[in-house]
Amino acid sequence: MSSLLGVAAFAVLLTLLLGLVRVLRGPQAADRIAAAQLLGTTGIAALLLWGAAVGSATHTDLALTLAVLAPFATIAMVRKEPGE
Amino acid sequence: MSLLADAFTVFCVVAGIGFFAAGTAGLLRFPDTGSRLHALTKADHLGLGLIVLGLLPRAEALGGAFRLLAIWGLVLLASAATGPLLARIAQRRDPPA
Repeated sequence: MSSLLGVAAFAVLLTLLLGLVRVLRGPQAADRIAAAQLLGTTGIAALLLWGAAVGSATHTDLALTLAVLAPFATIAMVRKEPGE
Repeated sequence: MSLLADAFTVFCVVAGIGFFAAGTAGLLRFPDTGSRLHALTKADHLGLGLIVLGLLPRAEALGGAFRLLAIWGLVLLASAATGPLLARIAQRRDPPA
């Protein structure tokens, strides 16, 4: 069961890599930040799955911290929108 | 009983990953920013929600379960707050015809 969760965490990380393509290619800043936000959430999901696979609660705390900090990138970008 | 819980976990986690894959595919394939945001929020909310739902029975104490729900709530709150902000910027850059 725990190895299955490990495989699931790996699958989520794969979608994370695909999201990186949008960060590179995104024509507008909004695309890049949207992709960055998705990467944050994907990171949280991978952390949770990895924590469940290993069976340690510290990963959940780490994911909670990431969940708190992830939106600040988007907010920072929105306030200082380039070319504004 | 634990078999049922494991089956539930596997089903929810696989469904969650399906939504993540769909969201990422939407993020890559959709033509403009607005529709990409649409795809992204689906992956955020449903994908993570299903994964959290799947992991709930495995959380050891009640505190663990609350932490998982808190994570999902925070992500919902964060993307509900930042989604419109991003959409407004995308709107300003290329206003719909």
